[in-house]
Amino acid sequence: MSERTVAIGSAQGLHARPATLFAQAAGQAGIPVRIGRPGGPAVDASSMLMLMTLSAAHGDEVVVSADGPDADRVLDELAALLAQDLDAQ
Amino acid sequence: MTGTSDGVVSGHTFQGVGVGRGLVVGPVAKAFPSPVLPPGGGGDPDDLDAAFERVATTLQSRSDEAEGALRDVLAATAQMARDPALRTGAAQRVAAGESPAEAVDRAVAQFVDLFTAAGGMLAERVTDLRSVRDRVVAELLGLDEPGVPALAVPSVVVAADLAPADTAALDVTKVLAIVTQHGGPTGHTAIIAGQLGIPCVVRASGVMAVETGREVAVDAAAGTVVVDPEPHVRELAAARQDAARRLEADTAPGATKDGHEVKLLANIGTVADAERAAASPVEGVGLFRTEVLYLESATAPTLEEQTRVYAAVLGAFAGGKVVVRTLDAGADKPLAFATQPDEENPALGVRGYRLVRRVPELLRTQLAALAAAAAQTGTDPWVMAPMIATVQETADFVAMAREAGLRGPVGVMIEVPAAALRARDVLEVADFVSLGTNDLAQYTMATDRLRGTLVDLLDPWQPAVLELVATTARAAGEVGRSAGVCGESASDPLMALVLTGLGVTSLSMSLGSLPAVRWTLRAHTLEQCRAAAAAALGARTAAEGRAAVRALADPEVVAELAL
Repeated sequence: MSERTVAIGSAQGLHARPATLFAQAAGQAGIPVRIGRPGGPAVDASSMLMLMTLSAAHGDEVVVSADGPDADRVLDELAALLAQDLDAQ
Repeated sequence: MTGTSDGVVSGHTFQGVGVGRGLVVGPVAKAFPSPVLPPGGGGDPDDLDAAFERVATTLQSRSDEAEGALRDVLAATAQMARDPALRTGAAQRVAAGESPAEAVDRAVAQFVDLFTAAGGMLAERVTDLRSVRDRVVAELLGLDEPGVPALAVPSVVVAADLAPADTAALDVTKVLAIVTQHGGPTGHTAIIAGQLGIPCVVRASGVMAVETGREVAVDAAAGTVVVDPEPHVRELAAARQDAARRLEADTAPGATKDGHEVKLLANIGTVADAERAAASPVEGVGLFRTEVLYLESATAPTLEEQTRVYAAVLGAFAGGKVVVRTLDAGADKPLAFATQPDEENPALGVRGYRLVRRVPELLRTQLAALAAAAAQTGTDPWVMAPMIATVQETADFVAMAREAGLRGPVGVMIEVPAAALRARDVLEVADFVSLGTNDLAQYTMATDRLRGTLVDLLDPWQPAVLELVATTARAAGEVGRSAGVCGESASDPLMALVLTGLGVTSLSMSLGSLPAVRWTLRAHTLEQCRAAAAAALGARTAAEGRAAVRALADPEVVAELAL
């Protein structure tokens, strides 16, 4: 199991537009990806509804995790996406 | 009033909350309600996934054709219809024996409950979730798409609630106004109506009783919907539309009819606000609320982060006037890293400038960042501290600002009655003052701003509050320094006359309020403003004061702005 811990870069947190874009990207990753608060339960990262229930605000840390040979590449990409301000684009 | 045999009585007025200032008259077009589940549900289990997908595809293609906020909202709603957790939940229910329509209804309901319980931003998405439910259930049951029918003539769209997806389906060239029974002034319908410039009234309780085709007048300024309005309302509506267009075209600097200048400034909180304001006909920024940078943050923003943001704001107004308020945290704006959680009376506690007693480095870092941004951009900001009560605090703040290397004017907010009463002494050490009328009313009237039931006491027309504004403005006039107003009251056109008459030198407000204030000022002489000020100060109650000023104001202005 690989994982990355990253602080949310979007000014409004992981809601609306950032949640939409991140769930789309996670859904297209080709492998199951999970996301949660550090130490908390993880949810399906491709589910925008579950993502929003994390109520992750700007600056909050989240952990994304996945399994398999492709996991590191996928997680690097998704972590980079989370660190960006997706509201600003 | 004439009654009809059934339905709503002519002349009946529904009161809601208005968004915008528009007034329109037109026939009602009611949105189709959500599909009701027949007993036993319905739908083909093999069609479940396809029904979700059809809804997602339709919403996504509408998103692709839309722009701005609407585009994002529709994309988010489409993503909800594609949500694996939601689809799996529905499929599991079907596998357990529920009909597909029931399964979708209940799977969505679980998320609705979860989001409602969470409150805040999540609760605001409940309308979108319900719209996904309605559309998928309608697909499964073979019903027409819920929402608004194609509009043959320009109409007032009336709905219990309107999801953004419904708004997207609207032909905006045929929508005169939007009225909803639910929703709030900060919800999606209101925001999108605002973006499209469509007058909107939300929370108009009972309005769904009005039949399709009935004529209604929608007054966003008053927040009312009147059934079968009198004929003259149509003329009023036309006049109001002409006035709005004329008002927006006017870009002249703020002044009275006889040329007495009153600077018209913008209130901003972010770099995006600054850029929007810089592209509008304003004479600068009268209030830059820096706490927006700090909110939702677990730690204080660094010197570098702050410098970058301040430089962007100053850069947008290169060489112009930008009044920056230092961190105003505490009370209704708690900050994770600065607020004491156990204060019994936070509004009377360590908030605003008083934070310097507990965490002086917060203010020092902020002032240093402002000085660095000034050096980078070559634009010196005006800097002021909130919640100043004494001359000593004023002197201390000015010394800190100078020590940080700030060279522009350094001033203080007048929000505490003590500071207003001693404004003359405060202005001996401060370069300028700015009146925060919301907090000044709160502290003068000993009334919690967050206590909705006491809202009448917080009225900025309260003569006692105006007395303190007058004292402050007079003191500033005597020493030849500027006294601005950056509270809500500056955006009230009638109050703008009073404030000008009292000697206030600048008015700062949200961009949308500016055209009406600019026009109202220009329609009156300084002498008329002084008479308005005397009338407001001479009144015994807030309502009498406002009525007296309204009676003195130009009738054309009062009528066209629906004051």
